[in-house]
Amino acid sequence: MSDLTVKNLNISSILPDFSQPFDFLVPAGNCMGITGPSGIGKSVLLKALADMIPHEGKITLGDIESRSISAPQWRKRVALLPAESQWWCETVGEHFYKDQHIKDDWFVFLINKLGFKVDVMDWQVAHLSSGEKQRLACIRVLMNKPGALLLDEPTANLDKENRILLEAVIADYQEQHQIPVLWISHDREQLERVSQQLLSLNKGKYEMSQIEQSTGGVS
Amino acid sequence: MIHLTPWDLVIASGLIILLAITSLLLQLNISRQLIIAAIRNVIQLLLIGYILKLIFNSNNLLLLGTIALVMLLVAGFEINARQKYPLKRWIGFKIGASALFLSSFTMAFLTLVVIVAPTPWYSPQYSIPLLGMLLGNTMNGISLGMDKLNQSVYQQKLIIEQRLMLGQDYHEVIKEIRSESVRTGMIPIINSMAIAGLVSLPGMMTGQILSGTPPVEAVKYQILIFFLIASGTGFGIMLAVWMIAKRLFDDRQRLNLELLRVKRSY
Repeated sequence: MSDLTVKNLNISSILPDFSQPFDFLVPAGNCMGITGPSGIGKSVLLKALADMIPHEGKITLGDIESRSISAPQWRKRVALLPAESQWWCETVGEHFYKDQHIKDDWFVFLINKLGFKVDVMDWQVAHLSSGEKQRLACIRVLMNKPGALLLDEPTANLDKENRILLEAVIADYQEQHQIPVLWISHDREQLERVSQQLLSLNKGKYEMSQIEQSTGGVS
Repeated sequence: MIHLTPWDLVIASGLIILLAITSLLLQLNISRQLIIAAIRNVIQLLLIGYILKLIFNSNNLLLLGTIALVMLLVAGFEINARQKYPLKRWIGFKIGASALFLSSFTMAFLTLVVIVAPTPWYSPQYSIPLLGMLLGNTMNGISLGMDKLNQSVYQQKLIIEQRLMLGQDYHEVIKEIRSESVRTGMIPIINSMAIAGLVSLPGMMTGQILSGTPPVEAVKYQILIFFLIASGTGFGIMLAVWMIAKRLFDDRQRLNLELLRVKRSY
């Protein structure tokens, strides 16, 4: 149960257009949507929050500042799900701690919830569709039990049915563990569904706004 | 021993020119490099021939040290010369030269003082050819290992970043690439040790036999040299690959491709 606080975050060394430093807070259990034209720097912002690129300023999750713990520890806590996931081994299972995970209820729950069976671990990565990769990448990142989620267009490759599944899984996790979530999307309706506040990036500037909650939450 | 006349070498150079013309006709883009290398080869070897003649007569430690230093500096530079994704100039030279120094010079020193033990220990007749063979082979190995490392890291950038994002430690992320790079650098020397005597007669041994050394004496020296080169190359590659792999990540374990001379992209 920790807020994600960003103070004076400056990424102008990578995006020279962005001279205005970021200051925002995503409360525990809340989601902040991020929009803006392609190439404006949405993904770069998330990478900076995961400490994947050099930046100035202070990022804190609860009372832990990013620089006070090792980078791998921070990245396990503040987990980034990139727009395109990468797989480096032959089979899916080699990207997980398969033997431990199979006994793990949380793992079996995620696998089933996102429309797979445990035998997905034996599948060849080369035969996965982009949608399957996206859902498996989501399971992979949630297995780290992160304390904050940074999602870069997590449903871009999914059909409607799977999009609903994935939104539900993330909403569940967010609700249960009361974690802050940042969610990049080009789909305005989706952001209105999942998030409470909105960060709009535009040429060198950003704006914050509140989102009127539409009824019912996740469909 | 039968002495070679300049004409003998002219005939041999005719073969190189023939090869250059053929590859020019086939548009293989190698003629220029071939000719330059052949010309460099002649000039450099003639030069060292005369320098060796001079130094063999003087036995001067300072002169010897200067030559060893020049050899090291040139090898350190050449390591980075034909890389696909070379390191930034100064860093590449620093890493290459220090890995070479730590491996080749240590091996040469050990051999001169403990194993061959000529008097004086730095006797140029032994020290210069020994150091030359060690530096040359180690340089080859390091250069191949570095090329493999930089190329793999560059091509697997997205995978490396993905693994870092998942909270993996950089040691774990780079482990496989690192060992592949060491393996690549070691292949030539392991090959030549494996086939020596069966397929090829190693150059040094051939030279000694041509100049009249009894074959078994020549073989003993050749074995010594093989073992020295293999260990020197192995340790040299490990040093270089470890040093580069460490520098490819910054203090917050971010992949730092700015170390390579390629365009940066995020």
